[in-house]
Amino acid sequence: MSDSHAIAPPNTTDGNAHHEHPPYLRHHFESTEQQADAAGFAMWLFLLTEVMFFGGLFTAYLIYRNWYYPAFVAGSHQLNVVWGTLNTVVLIFSSFTMAMGVWCAETRRKKGLLLSLSLTVLLGLGFLGIKTIEYREKIEKHHVPGSSYSLQSFLNPETDPAASEAGDKPLQLDMAQHTEVYFSLYFVMTGMHAAHMIIGVGILIFMIVRASAGAYTNGHVTFVENFGLYWHFVDIIWIFLFALLYLISRHPA
Amino acid sequence: MSETKEHAHHIVSPKVYVVILLALLVGTAATVGASFIDLGIWNPVIALGIACSKATLVVLYFMHVKYGTKLTKLTVCAGIFTFLCLIGMTLSDYFSRAWGQW
Repeated sequence: MSDSHAIAPPNTTDGNAHHEHPPYLRHHFESTEQQADAAGFAMWLFLLTEVMFFGGLFTAYLIYRNWYYPAFVAGSHQLNVVWGTLNTVVLIFSSFTMAMGVWCAETRRKKGLLLSLSLTVLLGLGFLGIKTIEYREKIEKHHVPGSSYSLQSFLNPETDPAASEAGDKPLQLDMAQHTEVYFSLYFVMTGMHAAHMIIGVGILIFMIVRASAGAYTNGHVTFVENFGLYWHFVDIIWIFLFALLYLISRHPA
Repeated sequence: MSETKEHAHHIVSPKVYVVILLALLVGTAATVGASFIDLGIWNPVIALGIACSKATLVVLYFMHVKYGTKLTKLTVCAGIFTFLCLIGMTLSDYFSRAWGQW
């Protein structure tokens, strides 16, 4: 933040001679537009690395789903569509409040910006809360991969409310064991997504503190704008996770 | 439409955001509704189709790509293209390696 001042020549008789530009414009940029474009470009390059990271996980999911299809259908039936749908709606609203936050920063509305960012934090925490309820259910049913993993729901589906409601047939032992692959991918993918949410909530709180001191509503909106890109990206990942993990195996072909 | 025009910072109005919010909620309702109807092979196709449409709306409007510079548009398109190439080649390898051997 301060390097634009650090490289200014010190021989100022007229103190304002070197500052006919906004204080946040760094001297290696020609204009604030160029500076904002460069930051936006860098943010998109970062998001592309994130696309490749989550893309690898999605590819692994598609390959294993193709190999162990019955196990993935039975595993998917253990997820609660109501919680999943509610979380999708919560996340879409949080993307909307974030977009409104960017608009408030651009139009220099400090109160609106603080309100938008605070609502985004609350919705983000709401999402994580619902995710915790879902994880707890998995832990209680011993569906967390590892030494205490239980095949009960897949060998004897009539004893499991979620499985019997979906009309699951008992799986062969080797196929039932592959449900552990489904839950491994479920926990890695939703867990990495939740980790991105937690980081996002942390940065949102940082921005609320800075915004209440007057930042972002002085014309320099780059930080809020680029954080918005990150938050919307996390929303997009969830849109695909919801479709792939919760929805597409409701009706096994 | 000059070159400098492209750099003017475009502020997307809240009306646009509200319309996109409603479209995303309708899309969510549609994809959940479709998952409860047995459409055979079309279930995953519809679910992924709606997910892609929702993602496109988010990228174009919430992420301002529609109003962005040519560089931003090129970056996004190049990223999606590269990703589709990688996933397409990987999947075609896995699905075809044992072709005819069963």
